[in-house]
Amino acid sequence: MPDDNKTGPDATPPGTPAPGEPGSESERPASMEQRPDDTLARPAAAREPLVAGKARKGMFNVSGSGDTSGFGGLRLPAHVAAPAERPYGGWFDEFTDQLLTGMREKNIPTEAIQQVTVDRGEITYFVQADHLVALCWLLRDDPSLRFELCSSVSGVDYGVDVPQRLHSVYHLTSMTYRRRIRLDVALDWSGDDGDQPHCPSVVAVYPTADWQERETWDMFGIVYDGHPALTRILMPDDWDGFPQRKDYPLGGIPVEYKGAEIPPPDQRRSYS
Amino acid sequence: MGLEERLPNGILLASLEKLVNWGRKNSLWPATFGLACCAIEMMTTGGPRYDIARFGMERFSATPRQADLMIVAGRVTNKMAPVLRQIYDQMAEPKWVLAMGVCASSGGMFNNYAVVQGVDHIVPVDMYLPGCPPRPEMLLDAILKLHAKIQDEPINARRAALKAERGDRTPMIASSVKYAKK
Amino acid sequence: MVSLAAVSTSVAQTENVSSGLGSYLPLFLLFVLAAAFGLFSVLLGPLFGPRRYNRAKFEAYECGIEPSPQPVVGGGRVPVAYYLTAMLFILFDIEMVFLYPFAVSADALGFFGLVEIVLFIATLGFAYAYVWRRGGLDWN
Repeated sequence: MPDDNKTGPDATPPGTPAPGEPGSESERPASMEQRPDDTLARPAAAREPLVAGKARKGMFNVSGSGDTSGFGGLRLPAHVAAPAERPYGGWFDEFTDQLLTGMREKNIPTEAIQQVTVDRGEITYFVQADHLVALCWLLRDDPSLRFELCSSVSGVDYGVDVPQRLHSVYHLTSMTYRRRIRLDVALDWSGDDGDQPHCPSVVAVYPTADWQERETWDMFGIVYDGHPALTRILMPDDWDGFPQRKDYPLGGIPVEYKGAEIPPPDQRRSYS
Repeated sequence: MGLEERLPNGILLASLEKLVNWGRKNSLWPATFGLACCAIEMMTTGGPRYDIARFGMERFSATPRQADLMIVAGRVTNKMAPVLRQIYDQMAEPKWVLAMGVCASSGGMFNNYAVVQGVDHIVPVDMYLPGCPPRPEMLLDAILKLHAKIQDEPINARRAALKAERGDRTPMIASSVKYAKK
Repeated sequence: MVSLAAVSTSVAQTENVSSGLGSYLPLFLLFVLAAAFGLFSVLLGPLFGPRRYNRAKFEAYECGIEPSPQPVVGGGRVPVAYYLTAMLFILFDIEMVFLYPFAVSADALGFFGLVEIVLFIATLGFAYAYVWRRGGLDWN
């Protein structure tokens, strides 16, 4: 398998499997050498954020049946957040410089930011979980940054086979400078039954994150260390399981309709 | 003591039953149970255009102790289900339940882990009103059909047995037909 | 019942029965009417109505959530704040009761009366300041 095809989303040398096919670039973890060199220091080798999701092939995965919808021919590549190269454009460059300066002053290592992605006019910083709270203090208190508002704390589940599948995403808004950034923390999780993914809580920095983190815990099972009262907020208090994970069934009951019994949506056809 | 249980059967009782039922149906006080989008349509029905006050129902009571009709308007989640049951239990007899919208009637488009598939899993329902959401005119039609049902309700067990024996059923006639201009 | 009131009015007017007090007869009859209606409504319900009890009907209304357990003795927890507020109200109301007659006869009492009443208010003012500083007026 060629190793050097991850120069960017456009370059696809011949012979590589098309996106979505098994063995394509998205299903192979990105290794150190492939990460393009941006002005940030090289991320530590042990903490590569893998943002590749799961490739999906065909919405209904039916073949040879009477399915004429055409959805069977769908090939969805896995989501890969492409690292951005300098210059990012707009206010992002200046802002990233200010951020790095602030980090240096507060002795937060530059490795804390593993990757920067600029997509559709929005900037995302992939942050290490250990430095998340320090970074949030900096972003909130530094006069040139001033991100006073934590708009949202949510979770992302990239699929069952993806390493580091659970992410905790923070949307921060600066009212003084009228801009928004996103922090994405990829969580290490062994996937064993007794083990839970842990992430430090930012409630001390942003009190609004209180219920947001409760919701993320309820839906994804991400345990926020340092949260004052991490309990279920949407589901009933004694519910088992975390509904928004990709391996959680949709639930529902079979319904009788016009004499036939229709199974609940997730059991009707396979969505592979 | 239940005075009406001991009244002798006869024409006087039938007239009394009609009077009592007429009184009950003409001032049904709804208990606010607007949960989701159907609540907006319920509020609109209370507004001036689709006035619900002409049926004596403008007093939506937040307390179930003074309510007659519980209009379940919207999706009932698994977390809300015991709350719904408690409010229903705290209502004083006679009480009726109107399941407004498809989500309250059968779970609607939401057949998943979070939504109760029909509020009749929790409380006994007297009138189902499909729609997503039903228009205010549809809600008023359901209320008028419920009025017809209430008018025919037996006042005591003897009358109920009599009605069952006779096989009386209240005909459900659409309001646009029943109250059409002749 | 209303016609009775009307009759008594005419009776009071024609006979001129102690017209000072007799003209209050219709009012008294109206009070009797109102009390009778209230008693009728309240008594007849439990007397003739059906008994359909369930556990939820006896519990305090908590918007559907199970109320937190209360001690059975004494009818559950009663906040002390109500008692305190009522007591303070009584005290300062009595003060007002003394102020009214003074206001009416302030002229006749002259300067001596004024000094007296100011001392009275000042004494109660100390009590008021004490209660305020000790937090008796805070609701929680």
